[in-house]
Amino acid sequence: MRVLHLRLNGDDVEVAAPEHWTLLEVLRYRLGLTGSKQGCDKGDCGACTVLVDGKPQLACLRLAATCEGHEILTIEGLLPAHRRAHPGSTDADPVQEAFDRCGALQCGFCQPGMILSARALLNENPTPSRDEIRAALSGNLCRCTGYTQIVQAVELAIAEATGAEPESPSWAPNQNPWTPGGALSAAAPVEVDPEIPGGEA
Amino acid sequence: MHRFRLEFPKDVAAATSLLPSHRGPLTPRDARVLAGGQDLLGELKDHLVEPDTLVSLHRIPGLDGFELGEDLRLGALVTLAVIERDTALRERFTVLAEAAESVATPQIRTQATLGGNLCQRPRCWYYRNEEAPCIKKGGAECFAFGGRNKYNAILGGGPSYIVHPSDLAPALVCLDATVTKTAREGTETIALESFFTLPSEGSVQRENVLRANELLLGVHVPALGPGWKSTYLKFRERESFDFALAAVALAVRLDGERIAEAKLVLGGVAPIPWRARAAEDFVAGKPNTRSTWKAAADLALAGAEPLEHNAYKIPLTKGLIQKAFRKLA
Ligand SMILES: Cc1cc2nc3c(=O)[nH]c(=O)nc-3n(C[C@@H](O)[C@@H](O)[C@H](O)COP(=O)(O)OP(=O)(O)OC[C@H]3O[C@@H](n4cnc5c(N)ncnc54)[C@H](O)[C@@H]3O)c2cc1C
Ligand code: SF4
Ligand code: FES
Ligand code: FES
Repeated sequence: MRVLHLRLNGDDVEVAAPEHWTLLEVLRYRLGLTGSKQGCDKGDCGACTVLVDGKPQLACLRLAATCEGHEILTIEGLLPAHRRAHPGSTDADPVQEAFDRCGALQCGFCQPGMILSARALLNENPTPSRDEIRAALSGNLCRCTGYTQIVQAVELAIAEATGAEPESPSWAPNQNPWTPGGALSAAAPVEVDPEIPGGEA
Repeated sequence: MHRFRLEFPKDVAAATSLLPSHRGPLTPRDARVLAGGQDLLGELKDHLVEPDTLVSLHRIPGLDGFELGEDLRLGALVTLAVIERDTALRERFTVLAEAAESVATPQIRTQATLGGNLCQRPRCWYYRNEEAPCIKKGGAECFAFGGRNKYNAILGGGPSYIVHPSDLAPALVCLDATVTKTAREGTETIALESFFTLPSEGSVQRENVLRANELLLGVHVPALGPGWKSTYLKFRERESFDFALAAVALAVRLDGERIAEAKLVLGGVAPIPWRARAAEDFVAGKPNTRSTWKAAADLALAGAEPLEHNAYKIPLTKGLIQKAFRKLA
């Protein structure tokens, strides 16, 4: 047993845990923060992604005791962090809002990790290209959505934050892409990925 | 995971004093060095190693930096994310930056270190399966040899047929890097090429010359010199992240229409980063054309002996070699 002093979601936390426990185990089974998911527990799925000093890391592949002296952000801390940075705001983090509006989830298991990987990317590069978004999310597996809405959600978050035109589909900032005529409505053209063999019309 | 004591030595001397005192290969219970943990935690979770002590390098200052002057010095704890991002490093040592960015996922690269990448254990699925006591784990048989061997070696195999899993290793061997290791008895610098060992050399249970009581301190990469260009091409089964089915680290210096010199190292096909000297010698002074590249690729794979399920690696690697020459042409 070791008493750990963690800087977690903006708070100082003291918690006792066995020395061989991972950060993920301490978060879920000592602190009750079950937003970070335990998928594979071996580095393959990204469901346990948290930010350590702003960088995306796998909580299942980090011993909790090595986190002392580092700043940890889990999905539970993202909304409070946004509101602290924007006093008076009643919104969640723009990435969370965009995932919600784009319906970028089905079962939701991958979502905390996806959102934190996207948040880390946007903190470092507020206007990434689609390829950069896909590369930044390449360590987060989703078994449900097929990824399209997830990438679109990140593009929507960028568009809302910067006013930049998303590569495609194009929607106006603050417009629900699902409304009739919106970029994601049934009438919108199906996007073709030229990288996929046979994908060129 | 098995219970262990976790130590945080504050300097290198304190770290080496916590390592086993014998000089042989590590036993499953021997103390292990913990760097980024991206490989070691997987080994612990799979019960492949059950050490009583982990010696964390996290609080030893000075090992996580790099110095880029004429040449490049990298501490053992530099993360792959740092290597892939530095633009000056990428411009001069492109093969290394491209190899680093090809490793695993963004989340893994922020923790994974250079030292851990070079010292990581094999990915052969029999090795990773606790229930399969193959030669590498002290048993009598290589299960891959007569079993499922799609991902195993086509060059340099026997009695184990692992491929070395590291992407940085071929890139750094291509750059003629040296590696510095230390023990209580003293510090030594050797060519990275002679750091890695074939299963038929020394012990089949290890992949390099590092002893149980030694720590890797860092890597020195000499400047490539004017006129050199380099690249790392990796072929994997899925695009998002995977280990190499085959990889090519290539550096060339061109002289007009000719190749003056080249350095070629293959990954994913042998138990060590496989330097293709015959191909290097062949291309020196030859016209920089498709037929030279093809002849070099044929020479590099001339000694290949595929197992039942991995003959595809021969044309795949030959293709990658030619693609790498074309990219640098
Ligand atoms: C899902 C997944 C995908 C991966 N894909 C790739 C890939 O595509 N390419 C690739 O190259 N790797 C891949 N890896 C392996 C990845 O673990 C390594 O790339 C990583 O660099 C290991 O570094 P680390 O610092 O985390 O090592 P650790 O896990 O801390 O250590 C690895 C080994 O090296 C020893 N060690 C570490 N540092 C030292 C030192 N300074 N001196 C002596 N011994 C030391 C440890 O005792 C241990 O045995 C993957 C891993 C996972 C989980
Ligand atoms: S290739 Fe090596 S690790 Fe794999 S089964 Fe054979 S002896 Fe074991
Ligand atoms: S639970 Fe950590 S990567 Fe899958
Ligand atoms: S929504 Fe189910 S895994 Fe992504």
